[in-house]
Amino acid sequence: MARNITYREALNEALTQEMERDETVIVMGEDNAGGAGAPGDDDAWGGVLGVTKGLYHKFPGRVLDTPISESAFIGAAIGAATAGMRPVAELMFVDFMGVCFDQIYNQAAKFRYMFGGKAVTPVVIRTMYGAGLRAAAQHSQCLYPLFTHIPGLKVVMPSTPYDAKGMMIQAIRDNDPVMFFEHKALYDLSGPVPEESYALPFGEANVVRDGDDVTIVSLGRMVHTSLEAAGQLAADGVQCEVIDLRTTSPLDEDTVLESVEGTGRLVVVDEAHPRCNIATDISALVARKGFGSLRAPIEMVTAPHTPVPFSNALEDIYIPDAQRVVNAVKTVTGWSR
Amino acid sequence: MTDTAERKTLTPEHLLDAYRTMRTIREFEERVHAEFATGEIPGFVHLYAGEEASAVGVCSNLDERDTIASTHRGHGHCIARGVDVAEMMAEIYGRQTGSCHGKGGSMHIADLSKGMLGANGIVGGGPPLICGTALAAKLKDSGGVSVAFFGDGGSNQGTTLESMNLASVWNLPAIFVAENNGYAESTSSTWSVASDNIADRAAGFGMPGVIVDGFDFFAAHEAASEAIARAREGGGPTLIEMKFTRYFGHFEGDQQTYRASEVEHARAELDCLKRFADRVTETGEVARADLDAVDAEVGTLIDRAVEEAKAAPMPTEADLLTDVYVRY
Repeated sequence: MARNITYREALNEALTQEMERDETVIVMGEDNAGGAGAPGDDDAWGGVLGVTKGLYHKFPGRVLDTPISESAFIGAAIGAATAGMRPVAELMFVDFMGVCFDQIYNQAAKFRYMFGGKAVTPVVIRTMYGAGLRAAAQHSQCLYPLFTHIPGLKVVMPSTPYDAKGMMIQAIRDNDPVMFFEHKALYDLSGPVPEESYALPFGEANVVRDGDDVTIVSLGRMVHTSLEAAGQLAADGVQCEVIDLRTTSPLDEDTVLESVEGTGRLVVVDEAHPRCNIATDISALVARKGFGSLRAPIEMVTAPHTPVPFSNALEDIYIPDAQRVVNAVKTVTGWSR
Repeated sequence: MTDTAERKTLTPEHLLDAYRTMRTIREFEERVHAEFATGEIPGFVHLYAGEEASAVGVCSNLDERDTIASTHRGHGHCIARGVDVAEMMAEIYGRQTGSCHGKGGSMHIADLSKGMLGANGIVGGGPPLICGTALAAKLKDSGGVSVAFFGDGGSNQGTTLESMNLASVWNLPAIFVAENNGYAESTSSTWSVASDNIADRAAGFGMPGVIVDGFDFFAAHEAASEAIARAREGGGPTLIEMKFTRYFGHFEGDQQTYRASEVEHARAELDCLKRFADRVTETGEVARADLDAVDAEVGTLIDRAVEEAKAAPMPTEADLLTDVYVRY
């Protein structure tokens, strides 16, 4: 039975249910127990954003605090995955990939291929991404394009509490390494989530709004921005089909191409920097495989090619908003040769 | 040297096995060196000859519960863990029949079924991984230990230092084996390692640090035996530093302009196989004829491995796209 819970609670519930189901599931990260067992026990953090709160008491010994030592513990999660465990490691901010990326892209991602199919590495690396919390240049990046580029990794980014739970359960059960991106501005978002356990398959985009005039492809927090824009445009008589990619690796090409075949117009909305991001990737896909359907040039709405600024005055214009999406849709609908 | 204690654990059969493994590594590496010069072996190859006592001294204490992670200089560790020599040779030749079906090569030979989590092309890549395999062993209460081999170069990587700290913080059954062969590529460890010994760093991570003559199988075996027994009993990690010299360059083709006559000296005076053979024949534990028989047997094994590798099929285009994911 579904009830409304937050994105954070949905993730916690997924972890709880999977840890109950499978004793090889372990959780590790900085402050993931967070003072549990010490004086102040009841205030244990459960990770800086509280996603793992309460797990330590339910699963003592299977929720591990780590030193601030990302190379060691992300690598340890990967090593443990090769040895029969299903670790869920928390890389607090994806910006911190800089101090542990080798273990992810040179080790976990490549084991299966370079060992000739003999390794299985079912690790989940949870990480927080995105702008909007005035957290500035080193705590606000998206960076999922970097991981999407790497063969051997799966890259997923739920946009709703429902997807968060189902995709976390899938990520834990998946036998490949999964980068699980959680947008920091979505943790308090509420939505209907079934109490029972369920897994959502990767590589299946979600058409979150139907429309015949323009296809808007988006992901993560930008799905909500795109829906807001689509609502405004509908009032003007422009019907947008909004697609939530949900996973960038694997990528559901068919859903995108089928939609563009129907609408002939494409806007891609991506919070990442504009070069070599998901917007350029989707644009290239459609230019290559859906060119015959296009009735206007593709528009991309992205963050600018700058680090994420601190000041609210700057960050607010850095993050793509609904107005920019509306403008892009008007550009493609108003285009003529 | 506690000769008596060592003799209790090392029967003549153990000794002959250890000699066979060390001789296999030496013969394998000498042969790869020769074959590489013909131009038939692609890519980068880093040879382990001279360092055999470390791999065999440590790994002869391990069993099926245990896991090791190796380095770019990994052939010796693979052989010491029992990875199939013919498959290794085929892998080095890039053949479909190789350990990794030709997709890994010399720097990525692995066999997880043998507790060998891979040679590793990234210096310092292995230590974090064995923290994970050690954690798995601890959580499953299997009694297994994990060993990270790394070089003097790898000893300076943050990953290695972080891993030693984590292994102590989590009290893991993990052994860190620093194989100090004197040079990280061409740079002397007397310059690049700021402490007098790599083993001195153990104190900073709250674990015992041991310095071992890496040419001495018995010293390596004893140090590893003690550390591994402690780890199995929940006593936590140990750092062991093996000091020795590699016989070949950093990679095949290295002109070694950075060092003079130390290899000749090591081969003549310090060599682990010679010292091992002298010792076990002097004590009468193993007959010289038995060692000679092993030498002949190993020579045949390696000859056959090379022949088979050369005759084996190359991977095909279909192999290019397989095994990227379990399921995508």
